[in-house]
This record gives sequence, structure tokens and C-alpha cells, in this order.
Amino acid sequence: MNDWPKTPTGISGFDTIAYGGVPKGRSTVVAGTPGSGKTLFAMQFLASGIRDFSEPGVCVTFEERPEDLMRNVDSFGWGLDQLVAERRLAFVDCTPDAGEPRDEIGSYDLSALLARIENAVSDVKATRLAADAIVTLLARFRDSAVVRSELHRIHDGLRRIGVTSLITMERTDDDAGIGRLGVEEFVADNVLLLRNRLELERRRRTIEILKFRGTNHRKGEHPFTIDPEDGVTVIPMSSMEPSEARGTTRVSSGVAQLDEMCGGGLFTDSIILVSGATGTGKTLLATHFVDAAVAANERVLLIASEESRDQLIRNARSWNVDYESAEQRGLLKIMARYPEVMGIEDHHLQLRKTIEAFRPTRVAIDSVSAFERAATPALFREFVIAITSFIKQQGITGFLTSTTALMTGRQSMTESHFSTITDTVILLRYVELYGEVRRGLAVLKVRGSAHQREIREYIIDNNGMHVRNPFRNVHGIITGTPSYVFGDEKTRLGDMFDN
Amino acid sequence: MIYKLRLYITPRTANSQRAISNLDALCQEDLPVRLEVEVIDVTEQPAMAERDKILATPTLVRYTPAPVRKIIGDLSDRERVLASLDLQPVTVGRRQRA
Repeated sequence: MNDWPKTPTGISGFDTIAYGGVPKGRSTVVAGTPGSGKTLFAMQFLASGIRDFSEPGVCVTFEERPEDLMRNVDSFGWGLDQLVAERRLAFVDCTPDAGEPRDEIGSYDLSALLARIENAVSDVKATRLAADAIVTLLARFRDSAVVRSELHRIHDGLRRIGVTSLITMERTDDDAGIGRLGVEEFVADNVLLLRNRLELERRRRTIEILKFRGTNHRKGEHPFTIDPEDGVTVIPMSSMEPSEARGTTRVSSGVAQLDEMCGGGLFTDSIILVSGATGTGKTLLATHFVDAAVAANERVLLIASEESRDQLIRNARSWNVDYESAEQRGLLKIMARYPEVMGIEDHHLQLRKTIEAFRPTRVAIDSVSAFERAATPALFREFVIAITSFIKQQGITGFLTSTTALMTGRQSMTESHFSTITDTVILLRYVELYGEVRRGLAVLKVRGSAHQREIREYIIDNNGMHVRNPFRNVHGIITGTPSYVFGDEKTRLGDMFDN
Repeated sequence: MIYKLRLYITPRTANSQRAISNLDALCQEDLPVRLEVEVIDVTEQPAMAERDKILATPTLVRYTPAPVRKIIGDLSDRERVLASLDLQPVTVGRRQRA
């Protein structure tokens, strides 16, 4: 396909899913229900155009007065009034005059509107334009046939001027057809749909590129959030493909015997998944991981989704790990967030921003499985893929824990989500042996390296985790149904922990 | 009394041409007030159209007496134009319809 050139919107993540931006020199409809963020999207397109691409813009507003529009986006710090003063942004105010008497006598057309738009465009040398709520014109003039044909003319006019425009249009329903938007010619070429649905008792915003004529884009709905600083931020989840670990550098997991089992430590740009039932010591292992990073004088970010900050600090202290002093030295940052406090898109975004700001070389997420509570299974999967690919792209060692529902045995759904994107998988399992509950650890895989295959017993004491010897004469531990190879009792006792 | 009016037009369009001649005819009439009309071509002076928030042409704007009043269209109905401007003709002279 001969690809039509694009204009980058500068809206974070959107240009990725749109393969570069919106079609250049054309108009694109941004349709959504009230509150779906379409006006913000359009304003951000203008603001970012001026700020990031030195492309002046024109905003044609039909419903909200320019000062109201500017006030509504004031919190994002784009300084629109300043841009107007610098003649890099111009408003064409087409809002109705409240209370100004008006009559219609005889026939008319809307050439003045197009003349004003052209004037504003040439005035600030705009290459971008946003028209907000243009369809409201239909209700303001008695002769809607005239308005319709005029809108057609404006559509052609914009194309002739050559500005890249976003035209916002209101939908009554997130799932209604776009044929009912009222202005067919605008809808013919390029359409973005913004949705704002209630899902799992939480607002979930998505953006979908319904069509781009003559050019490609990614299909489907992509979650977005309205970030208090960055405005509309699209999360191009499916875009993130897991990449293979490339590094050859290894770091310590904090448990010497575990490093040994993994063939000499953990690869720096790899994702390590530790899976186990509650109480098997996942948080402890994460604590060792953090401690090892601090000991190596590296920055580590700890994301905790199951415990509060105070609890984490207390737990660590009980294993002689001092989180507070590590924080004071700037080597550790703790982000304790219960998954329920916000949507998974927001978690994702905050995580990325924190990583970008703190620039850690290691990240521990304890546990990643808790985020399942804040999302649908499909979304959770995307979240995990997005997070892990992001971590890897940054060359960060990612240490993720996952809680399995079963006390012993099989992998959970979560693990099957993860299995392909993780480079190293460590299982922590309860093992029932002769009426005793013990704990076993196995390294399932280490991508790009040899590793030990035994299942080893480990114990936890005040100094943390200690990996001991392999279980002997037992199999079926991982599947949860251990069986024993009997010799006589004496041999069994003698051989079980073979030194 | 003077009525200050401004007629926004787009040149070479039938609607605007009609509006000009209809308004012209009105000015010829024996009205109780004097009409001062300024004709503005929106393609020549879009900034003025911007200030007055004009969307349609032709649009007749009455500035004085207050309040500002807008009449959109080619002014083809003389009685309604007069009523809209709060003007009653002294003599009902030649009826002119476009």
C-alpha cells in the first residue's frame, strides 16, 4: 500500500498505534460520548504540535468559548494563552452569543465561517487545526440542508488549505454506529473512536482507530488514561512484543545457591518469575533481590502490591535488610500500591513514569499476580507483556513474583500467561513428605544459559533463605503428587539429603 | 436617530447580491430613522467577521441602538426585516419583493 504521509500528534502512545500519526493534510474525526476526552485529545494535538513540532495551530470552537477551553486544560500547563499571545495558536470563536437577538430572513450560506478559518490559518501559519463540536451548527440554523452542504464545503476547504485537522464529534452511545454522527463527509475518511466504559466497576477509556483511508494503523481498542501531567496517554499494549534477553552480564539474586542453580546468577536484561503459593517465601526472595542490588550499589525499584510500605520495611528488617537506609542513599524506591486503587492502565503508566524518573537497573514486582484483580484476563495479560517488555527494553533486570492458588503442584493461569515472556522461572513449592510440610525450589528455565535441574529443599530463618540439597528418591513434586522410591526405611533416611 | 448597520457579505454570491439590493431598497424608503450601512466583504476583512463572530453571509448587524442584533439571510422579507430592526415605515410605499 502506498502509504499516505502522517502528522505526529505528539500524544504519547497514539502515534505508535497510528503508525506515525494522523493522515497529513486531511481531517480526522474524533468521536466519543460526552466526557470521553475527545476535546482534550484535539487540544493536546494542537498544544503538542506547537510545543514539540513547531507547528502552529488553529482551534475552531463551536460550543465552548475559547477562554473556557483554555481553562479546562489549564492544569496540563500548556500555557495556551501565552501561545495565543505569541501568535502560534489562534481561536476561531463560533460559539453562540447568549441572549443576542438573531433572526433568519431569507437564504444564506456559511462562507464567513470558512473565510474566518482561512484567515486564522494564514494569520498564525497553522498546519494543524482542531474543530470542536462542529455538528452543533446544525441545531443553530433553521435550514439544516444549507448547513449540511456548507459543512461539506468546509471539509473540502480544509483539505484545500492543507491543514491536518481533528474534528470532534459527539456520540450518544459508546457502541452506536458512526453513521449517525450527522456529518457523513467528515466521517468518510478517517475516524478515531474514544470510548469510556464501565468495566469491573471502573471507568476504562479506550481509543480505536476505526479507519484511516489509504494508510495503515493498528486495529482494535487501546486503553488510554488522562494523566494529570501528560494529558491523554495511550497505552499501546499489544505493540510491545517480548524480546529475547541479549545480555551476558549476570547479577546476583541475593541467594548464592540460587545463583549457582541458575548457572551463575541472573541475566541483567531478563525477566525472572518466581512463582509459589502464599508463605513459600516469594517476598523474602524479592527482599534478597533488592538487598543484592543495594549491596552492588545499584538502584532498585520495589513495587509492592500486597503489602503496605511499613509492612515491607518491617518484614525486611526481620531478615536484617534495611530498606530505609537504602532509600536514604537513593538506591531504593518503594512503590506500595494496592491494585484496586486505580485501573490497570494507570498502574502501567505510573510504573513506566516511575521507572523513567528513577532509572533503576533492577525492578522487583511483588506480586505481579495481584494486578489480576484490577483487570480482565485479556487486559491483565497485555499489562504483563507491556510491563515486562518495557523493563527489558530499558535493560533492567525484572524480578516478578506470582502467587499460585494451589498450595502444592500445578501452575496457575497466571503462569501460563507469563511463561513465554519470562526468561527465568523459579518455582517455590510446598512439598509434603512423610507427613511433614517442607519447601522445595526448582529452576524451570534460564533462557540462554544452562541451569541445575534438581528440586532443592530450602529453609527460611532469621537470616533469610537457605537452599539446601536436592530431594532424593521423590518425584512428582512439581505436579503436586509426590511419590517415593522406597528402599528400606534406613536407606531412605540416610539418602534423602545426600551430602 | 441613526441606525448603525453593517452588512457582511461574500462577493459574487447570489444571496449577498440580493441582500445588498434589498437593503438598498430599504434605505430608499421613507423611514423614521437614518440608516448608516457599512458593507463588509468577509473574504477581504475576515478579522472584522471574527470580531463580530459572523458565521453566515449575508448577515446584517445592527449596532445602534442597543442591543446588538443580527439578521441572517438575504433580507428578502421586507416586513420581517423592518420588524426585526424595530422599524415601522411611515408610509407603506412601493412593495418590493425579491
